[in-house]
Formats: sequence, C-alpha cells, structure tokens
Amino acid sequence: MKLKQKDLLGLEYLSKEEIELIIQTAKPFKNLFTRTVKKVPTLRGKTVVLLFYEPSTRTRTSFELASKRLSADTIGISVPASSVVKGESLIDTVKTIEAMKADFVVIRHSMSGAAHIVSKTISASVINAGDGMHEHPTQGLLDIFTIMEKKGNVKGLNVAIVGDILHSRVARSNIWGLNKLGANVFVVGPATLIPTEIEKLNVEVCHNIDKIINRLDVINILRIQKERQEQNLFPTLEEYSEIFGINSYKLRNAKNDVLIMHPGPMNRGAEISSEVAESKNSVITEQVTNGIAVRMSVLYLLAGGDGGKSETFNS
Amino acid sequence: MKSTPQKVIVNSNEMSITLRRLAHEIIEKLHGVNNLVFIGIQTRGVFIAKRIVSLIESITKKTISFGTLDITLYRDDVDRISKQPIVKETEIPFDITGKDIILVDDVLFTGRTIRAAMDELIDFGRPKTIKLAVFIDRGCRELPIQPDFIGLSYPITKKDVISVNLKETDGKDNVVVYKKGD
Amino acid sequence: MKLLILNGIVCDPSNKFEKKADILIENGKIVNISIKSKKRKLNAKIIDAKGKYVVPGLIDMHTHLREPGREDEETIKTGTRAAAMGGFTTVCSMPNTQPVIDSVSGVKFILTTAKNEGIVNVFPIGAITKGSNGLELAEIGKMKGAGIIAISDDGKSVMNAIIMRRALEYSKMFGLPVISHCEDMNLSANGEINEGYISTVLGLKGIPRQAEEIMVARDIALTELTDGKLHIAHMSTARSVELVRNAKKRGIKVTAETAPHYFSLTDEEIKNTDYNTNTKMNPPLRTIDDINAICKGLSDGTIDCIASDHAPHLIEEKEQEFRVAPFGIIGLETMLPLIITKLVNEKVISFREVIAKLTCNPAKILGLRKGTLSVGSDADVTIIDSKQTKTIEKFESKCKNSPFIGKELTGFATTTIVSGKVVMDGGKIVSD
Repeated sequence: MKLKQKDLLGLEYLSKEEIELIIQTAKPFKNLFTRTVKKVPTLRGKTVVLLFYEPSTRTRTSFELASKRLSADTIGISVPASSVVKGESLIDTVKTIEAMKADFVVIRHSMSGAAHIVSKTISASVINAGDGMHEHPTQGLLDIFTIMEKKGNVKGLNVAIVGDILHSRVARSNIWGLNKLGANVFVVGPATLIPTEIEKLNVEVCHNIDKIINRLDVINILRIQKERQEQNLFPTLEEYSEIFGINSYKLRNAKNDVLIMHPGPMNRGAEISSEVAESKNSVITEQVTNGIAVRMSVLYLLAGGDGGKSETFNS
Repeated sequence: MKSTPQKVIVNSNEMSITLRRLAHEIIEKLHGVNNLVFIGIQTRGVFIAKRIVSLIESITKKTISFGTLDITLYRDDVDRISKQPIVKETEIPFDITGKDIILVDDVLFTGRTIRAAMDELIDFGRPKTIKLAVFIDRGCRELPIQPDFIGLSYPITKKDVISVNLKETDGKDNVVVYKKGD
Repeated sequence: MKLLILNGIVCDPSNKFEKKADILIENGKIVNISIKSKKRKLNAKIIDAKGKYVVPGLIDMHTHLREPGREDEETIKTGTRAAAMGGFTTVCSMPNTQPVIDSVSGVKFILTTAKNEGIVNVFPIGAITKGSNGLELAEIGKMKGAGIIAISDDGKSVMNAIIMRRALEYSKMFGLPVISHCEDMNLSANGEINEGYISTVLGLKGIPRQAEEIMVARDIALTELTDGKLHIAHMSTARSVELVRNAKKRGIKVTAETAPHYFSLTDEEIKNTDYNTNTKMNPPLRTIDDINAICKGLSDGTIDCIASDHAPHLIEEKEQEFRVAPFGIIGLETMLPLIITKLVNEKVISFREVIAKLTCNPAKILGLRKGTLSVGSDADVTIIDSKQTKTIEKFESKCKNSPFIGKELTGFATTTIVSGKVVMDGGKIVSD
C-alpha cells in the first residue's frame, strides 16, 4: 500500500482509504512502545529536517521521537517568526535543506499555505506540522486514531469541536478527516470565532453546547488564546469560560462514555476545567502517545521508493 | 512470456506427514522442550509454527510458548520498493532472554527475512539460542544463513516461484511451483 | 510623414462607426477615413490591416507605473512599453508611488519622464490627500494646473467621510473626477482573500465584500450631497454594481470601472493553484455570482470602463508566504485578450461596446481629447487581431506577476500607433 502523494499537506487531500491505512499502520507502531527497545531500523540512513517557524514543544518532540524510533536522523531548525519578513525567504531556506539531501521536511509555520510552498519547491517528502489557520494533518490523524481506539469506529459518531474554530488548523483537519470517515461533526463556539460558510464543510454550527451535549460521543476542546479578547472576538476570557468552557457541570447530561480530547497545551480553567481534564473520560495524555505512533506511520508510508523497482522480499 | 501452469509438488497429505516429521525431529535433536519457545514469521510462518507447536504439545503433553514476528520494519529495502508493505502484528507475550528459540518460516530463499527476524528478536532480549525451521528450502541464498530443520529441500532458479498454500490463509494445503511471466 | 492603414474593419464607438475603411494619418493626426482610398498616389507608409479591427488607441485609466520610488518593479519606460504591447496608447498613472504624487513637482516629474522615456501617452492622477494619508487635502488646484486629470488615493480609502466630502466638493471646481478605492480598512484589516468558503478552507483571513460595498454606498451618498464627480475604481462585487446602477438611475454623477480579473477568475483559483500569490489582489477575487453581476453591469452600461489596475511586483516579493506577499497583478498585456476571450467571444457584450469602455468612455470621464478616430484628432490607433490565439508567457513589463501565465487567450493587439508613430508592431516594440 502507498499514499498517493509524496507529501502530507492536509487531510483534505487524503482519501478515506488513505486515512484508514495510516491509522491501521499506526497500531503496530504503538505496540512498539511497550518493548524495551522502542526503536526499529526501518528508516536507517534517512534524514528528517524539522523546520519550525513557530515555537512548538509538543509537535516537534513528537516528530523527533517518531523519526528516532524509526532510526532516522533528525535535525531541528528553529526560525524566529521575525525573520519571515526580514531574513532568508522560505524558498531559499528549503532549497538549502534540499541541497543537504534531506529525505523529509517537517514544517510548522504561522502562515497558511507555507507547506504548499515547500512542497512546490523541493522533491523531498513534506509533512505539514501546522500551517497558519489551514491544517494540522497529523493532529487530525492522531485524534481520529484515538477515537477509533476507544470507540472502535468513527462512522456515525457525534463529534463536537469546541472553541476558536476560526483560527484553528486542528479544527479544519479534524473536520476533513472525521467527515471522510462518516462522523457527524458539530462546531461549537462564539459566533465571532466560527468562520464564514463553514456549513459547506458539512458541519453543524452550534453556539450552545447544552443543546447537543447528550448526543455527543466525543468532545474535542480547542485552546483559547487571550489574544482573541484583545481583538474583540469575545468580551472577556471569564465570559468565554462561562459559556464555552467545559466543566463537570456542563457534562452533567453527557453520555457516560463521552471522550474528552484536547490537542494541548491546555489552559486549565479557561476552555477546560482540571476536573474534566483529569476525569476517566479524558484521553488527553493518550493523544500524546498516539501522536508519535501516527507520525511514525506517516513517515513510514511516505518513505516508499520511486516505484521504479518493485522487488518481492522473498524468504 | 506468460507464467507457466502451477505444478503441485507437495499435496495436503504429504504436508501433514512432513510437519509431523519436523515436530519429532525438533524434539529429538533438542533433547526435550523445556526451554523451547516458537516464533512464527508473518504471515505463513505463523501458521506453520502453530501447527508444529500443537503437534509437539500433543506428543510431549507440555505447553509451549508461542509468538509472532512481523519483520516489515526491519527490512533492508524500505526505500527501494514502491509500495510500502502493510505492517502486521508482532506479538511476543514472554521474555525471550535465555530461551531456545525456534524461528519458523514457510520458505527459505535469499535469507534476508531471517536476517531481519534475528535483528528484531535481539531487540526483544538475549535468547540462549536461535534455530531456524523452514518448510521448504528453495536455495538461491544471498546471505550466509542455513536452516537447522528443513521440511523439504527443493532447489530451483531465481526465476521460479514457489508458494506454500495453507488452509488458514489460502483455503487449501499444498505447495506449488511455476515460472514467473514477464 | 504619412501612414495609411488599409483594409481593416474600423470600429470607432465615439462616432458609432463600424465598417471596412482605410485611415490616413499625417503629422500625427487623423486626416481622412474613407471607404476607398487611392493608395498609390499618396506616397505613404502602408499598414495592411486586412481581417483585423482598427480602433481608437486604447486608454487604461488605472495603471501603477511605480516610478518614482520602485523602479525595480517598473518604470515609466517599461510600463509604457508594456502598455504599447497590450495595445494601449494612453495610460493614467496612479499617484501611490514613493513619494506619493501629491504636489506639482511630482506631477511635473511624471510628465517630463513620460515625455523623455515613455512610448505612449501618460496622464498623471494626483493624490486626494497629502501622502495619501487621508488627513489633509493635497494641492489639487495646483496639480490640476500642472496637468493631472483626476485625483485618487488608490491603494487606500479615504476613511474619514468629512475629508472625502471636501475632496468631492473641492475637485468639482476643476472638473476633476475623484477616483475612489472603496475599502473600509477597519473591516478588511489583515484580510488576504475574499471572505467565504474558500477563505475558510484555506485558513486565510477574509476580506468581506461589504468592506467594498460600504464605501461604494458612502461615496455615492457623499456625491449626492456634494454634486461632485465620483468614479469607483476596480469594482468587484455584485452589490457594488447594484449600488452604482441605482445611483445612476437617480441621476448621481457616478461612473465605475472593473478590472479583467474580476470577470475572469473567482477565489476558487487561489485554491486550485495551491496558494499562488499571483491570485492575491485587492479587492480580492470574488465568486461566480459576482462575475455574473459584473458581466451584467458591463453589458447594461452600469460599468463604464475596464481598467487594468496594472500592479507590478517582483518575483521575490510574490514568492513568499501568502500573507506577506503584496497585493496586485500586472494587467496591461493580458487585458485585451481577456476582454475578447471572456466577454466578446462569450457574447457578454459586443466588440463595439467593449471598445467604448476602453476608449471614449474613459476619455469622457477624464476629459481627455482621446479615444476617437474623428478627423483632426490625435492619431492614436490600435489594430487588433481578434482571432489570434496565444499562450501567455512573455511580458514587456519588468514583472511577471500574472495569474494568467500559461493560459491560452484569444484577441491581441498587433499594432499600436501613438500620434501617428508606430510604437508596437507584430508583437514587437518598435524602437527609434
């Protein structure tokens, strides 16, 4: 099996079958984590460049571990946001990386479409680790993997994504992926943080989670940023928290086995209460573990040869 | 050139006789089964190993530990093949350190699978010994690997294809050979 | 020096003339149009226009020539060469250069440089406010004296209604139209593309259509208040067209232009090209409903002109992340083929109607004695092969920021004549 493109830029561009293949392949990688030696030699000699234009501890560590557990060499490049305008252009930077013979470029960037620029510029495999408000495909995949593990299937589940949908690449990747696998997706948040015409992505918009909470199988809670208050997108963080924050009172009518997810890092007390984050329904730490497995799966599946020679590996 | 018709070289009956002989040979050569564990290589090696294990268990009335190994992640050609093989399950529910391992596969050809399997096993622990049992040795080795237990030796050229069919995976028990078409 | 254009189909909307005829040019003026000329006796240079259209020299009333200040992007010399290549004999230069053309000396600089280095006519547009900062009126009267033909703060809106009111009132004395870039800059702040499904999917900041429409409505209201002369630049939305249509019905002195990309492309193009920054312009590409309304506005006369909004940017400026890439595309060399391919060949409007929007209509709005083939007028003439089909790849402009590169279009200018002098012929600039 193989993914159609050389790159993973977004879940919009993957078929249902490709998403399922990535999830299916993630399982044996996750099993690897229980061994003493958590490492396989699969990508020995390959180089993974982690090009981060935005600070990120989690995603970067996760990609780094995923690469290392596949025995690939990794090198991290952090570019301060200020140098996007002042410094070397993105195109020149990635051309340099290509000249150093990288096999994978994992890019995180504050601007939508940055991963596409890299993809058009170089022949190495490009993995989008989050571009602006566009997509964060591996986060979407790890969320789906986690849901599948806990619920067995995604089809027919009612999944709510709660929070700042407008600025969220996690929301967009989740919406594409979950819809392809047949979930019913709700987006919940203040009207100021719901992007225009999002219904066309086959989601239901809701401003009052109480109305749907008893139907939900999964609640994926997004981080809310203080900065949005300064942009007048809501009056105060306190008011946001009261209306959209998920706490045990809001969950009083929820299903017993509702899954609570959060891509992290959490603002405890803002979008999620500590009680909910630590509850038995919460799979937030498991998402982190699954993130490594999913990223290993993506690296493995993108590592295929050029198709010139399809040798059978006979005994 | 088209593929030649398949020629059956081992039928169902012959297969069970051969497996039974292998079981006896293993017990005899190893002087008992007390420290013995079996690891089958995905996919058909798993089922051949399972059959041998149940034969030995019925002969010796002892329970034998059994695990499965998928060598996909230890292949040496991941970047050469155009389609990534599906990663199957590796499940070794016991500590292999100090054990005498019988590694089982259906066909021994280049030796690369066994190389990968041994590398993977070493990542799980430090077995006392690893011995190799295969149902068919078809020759054409590329690595210095030889089996300890052989069901059948059937030397053929690289262009020939040999396949072991099993009830569990293919619906019938036999072994066929044919020449591959272009 | 005499020049005789033979056998072409002469199409002059200013005189409602459209038939096969020959044109004789002498001393930079049109001296005769006749059905049958006696060519041998004239001893003139002959241009055979058989099978082609001969029209008044095209006018682009919205051009960014970038000089002074950004000569790396375009100069008056290269910009006018691009114009000649596209069949334009006249361009009107927008004042948002560095520095802004908000004084007599700036106007004189443009005119002098154009005279020395330009190969087509250049008419400068002056700024409405000093530095186009929207705060204090520029010396509009003095600039008029130096030769401006309109005022505009293009690139920005005059956000303060009282300043816009004063501009409309004051410019009235000089008969200068106020060309308004309509954009509520608070509403459009940080915006990148049209707000809608595409901005949502691509994760780009939206610019709502209302940012344009609010200002179109405001400026129409202020024009009604002041009885000034308003021209709406680069109109892009259905509702803007509607607002102008209603205003015209009520007798308000408003005219409007659109640019070729607003009837050629939608915001889908941004997605289809995976964030190609050559699809980033301001106002942004809209939707199919808007294209249909723009076409309707062109055919019913609501939209008076088509202008290029030629905005050169360097490859290195455009080859950046979408958010930081500048707005704007070049347009002089693709405008005519886009009009013929998308409007004439698709039967949105007739060839004659569309030529009016490139000749006599802008001339009338700006008070130019151009855009006509009347005997005695300046011999600015464009010859068009409406059947010629080419793939867009090369440009005379210094920049190549066009979303139409690689597209096959039909209908190109084959000869451009400015004051009786051939400046472009057969797809090549004619040098001295």
